[in-house]
Amino acid sequence: MKRFRGFVIKEFRHIFRDPRTLAILFGLPVVMIILFGYVVSNELKNIKLVVYDQSEDPVSRELTDKVLASGYFVHVADITSEKQIDEIFKAQQAKLVLIFDRDFEQQIMNEGTVSLRLVADAADANSAILAVNYAQAIIADHFRRQGGGVELPWQVNGRSRMVFNPELRGVYMFVPGLMALILMLISALMTSVTITREKEFGTMEPLLASPLKPREIILGKVAPYVVLSFVNAITIVVLGVLIFRVPIIGSITLLLLECLLFITLALSLGVFISSAAKTQQMAMILSMIGLMLPTILLSGFIFPIDNMPVVLQWFSAIMPARWFIVIVKDIMLKGTGMPFIWKETLILVGMTLFFIMMAVRKFKTRLE
Amino acid sequence: MRVLITLLRKEFLQIFRNRMMLPIIFVVPVIQMVVLVYAASLEMKNIEMVVVDDSHSDASWRLISHFEGSAYFQVKGSLLSFIKAEDMLLSDGADVILHFPADFEEQLINTGATDLQLAVNAINATEAGLINAYCNQVINDYNQQIRSEWFGMDATGRMAQMEISTAYWYNPLLDYKIYMLSGILVIVVTLIGMFLTALNLVREKELGTAEQMNVTPMKKFHFILAKLLPFLLIGLFELTLGLLIGRLLFDLPIRGSLFLLFGMATAFLVVALGIGLLLSTISNTQQQMMFVAFFFFITFILMSGVFTPAESMPEWARKINLVNPLAYFMKAIRMILLKGSSFHDVAREFYSLLVYGTLVLSLAIFNYRKTS
Repeated sequence: MKRFRGFVIKEFRHIFRDPRTLAILFGLPVVMIILFGYVVSNELKNIKLVVYDQSEDPVSRELTDKVLASGYFVHVADITSEKQIDEIFKAQQAKLVLIFDRDFEQQIMNEGTVSLRLVADAADANSAILAVNYAQAIIADHFRRQGGGVELPWQVNGRSRMVFNPELRGVYMFVPGLMALILMLISALMTSVTITREKEFGTMEPLLASPLKPREIILGKVAPYVVLSFVNAITIVVLGVLIFRVPIIGSITLLLLECLLFITLALSLGVFISSAAKTQQMAMILSMIGLMLPTILLSGFIFPIDNMPVVLQWFSAIMPARWFIVIVKDIMLKGTGMPFIWKETLILVGMTLFFIMMAVRKFKTRLE
Repeated sequence: MRVLITLLRKEFLQIFRNRMMLPIIFVVPVIQMVVLVYAASLEMKNIEMVVVDDSHSDASWRLISHFEGSAYFQVKGSLLSFIKAEDMLLSDGADVILHFPADFEEQLINTGATDLQLAVNAINATEAGLINAYCNQVINDYNQQIRSEWFGMDATGRMAQMEISTAYWYNPLLDYKIYMLSGILVIVVTLIGMFLTALNLVREKELGTAEQMNVTPMKKFHFILAKLLPFLLIGLFELTLGLLIGRLLFDLPIRGSLFLLFGMATAFLVVALGIGLLLSTISNTQQQMMFVAFFFFITFILMSGVFTPAESMPEWARKINLVNPLAYFMKAIRMILLKGSSFHDVAREFYSLLVYGTLVLSLAIFNYRKTS
């Protein structure tokens, strides 16, 4: 036991000797959560709008003002011919063009019907749709008010309730995903790299020749990262709760236990990778490409799994992070407990056992 | 010049001797592009809906069949109690509950308006917003239909009619893939270029072979340039490969000049690789360097606007983007590929990258110590 303790202390020293890595280890979650909370959002603001008003009458001006007053749009320029649209889009000066045809007001007065054109730069299809939708809603709303302000008869009003996230805040989605990502990164990547590093430098040999059992070597290697990962998990939760007011409705104990389970899984995965990789470079590339990108993309972190093609949905089923994210969301945001997440938990336990078994089988006590 | 050529030969030999290298150069981008493009879709389909119909009326049935007929919704059946349906939300069995109150039809006939409850699983706020919009679209269609059927009113009532026609330029089918694809090209090029360069140099340091280079009479800038050029070529090769895949598999439009695109890419790669080299001059171990590089990479990628529009970011984020080389390149590559913008349109990006590249590279050369 004393021997083992000494070994763990050595590992801790290894980590704390390198303050730069340590700073990033602890800084990463903070920066990421701020980025996701404030920067990476699908909301559109300050949509650059160009107006091509051929009519220049009170009605068209009023409509333009209405659109601009909504706060979603910024008026960048007026143009005087349709040819300019291409130039403006190509120089990325605007996203949307609002075109009033000639005699706009008169058409409304005389014919009771009028048309208005919106031209969007749809290179980015999603934001083009959003921009057009915003503009349409504002214009339609304005017209309805002008039409006398009465609600139409015989209609069904959809009253929506946004369950679990009444204010529709994007950060609710990112906190669980970020936890999975960071835990995966630190646990799997760091362990795989430290173990291969010893192999690459030949310092593994003295360790293997020491009276320490292989089991103890591996346990000693992972122990510091369990602590680091756990601290990070807590940092993310605390930041989410304090800065972004993400709730924890369910049991905190259960949440932390599930975190521990996921950390164990990621660590055993890291040990497994290290037994397969000969050099640090290889271990890093394997972890980066095999773990990081799939964790970001296929786990439902940013992109909903339901929208993916079936083949990718199968792939996502073998991503540990996918199940962990479901668990965290359920506990934190929905407030459910074991009855709802036993299946996901079981999958994680199964995966952990599988990787531990594989790692033990592949771990060589001799060097070639 | 002779020194540089010899050094370059050494680097190329070393790079291609590594058996992992060829798969990394050829296979990784292909997988990334194919998987990413399909995975990174923000298009909505298959909204799973459960219905709780307490009214059992003709009106509610007809509205349900409206939802069933819509391509976006998959109506998963009716449940008897709202509590059961809420369980479905809790277990992710459904995205939205449609709840008809018992007096749904009576209210509609007697008072002319009736309420319908929608409960949307809003953990993913973006998705929830879209689901809500789609639901309202279906309900509006339904409203117009009953109005015209029951009362022969025209669809919008008696107001002045307003038609809004819309045109989507450059992408009339609103295909989100091509936008994603052009962004992913940037990720592929950066990932391979920046990481491989940085790892390469720091590995020499860690294994001690950099020492051997240091005792030779070669100049520092020879050394750095020899580290830079091979990966610059590999980066440009990746771009070509990516463009080919995009063109063949996804019909990626290439509207602008390829010459301009590759010029832009070269300027960008000098910055990206320069950052990689700079990081490796200040790192001592591969692990350290990996972490620092990863940190910058992920921050730069997320801020560059690859998934979400950069213009909508808060003011301070846009200021940070001034030092984010990926933001310049991301913007330029999309403008050139998707819209056919000319040099004049991307000149600011180009010159910024040029200045940036010179700066970073000189810093890397200056910072590299032949004596430790």
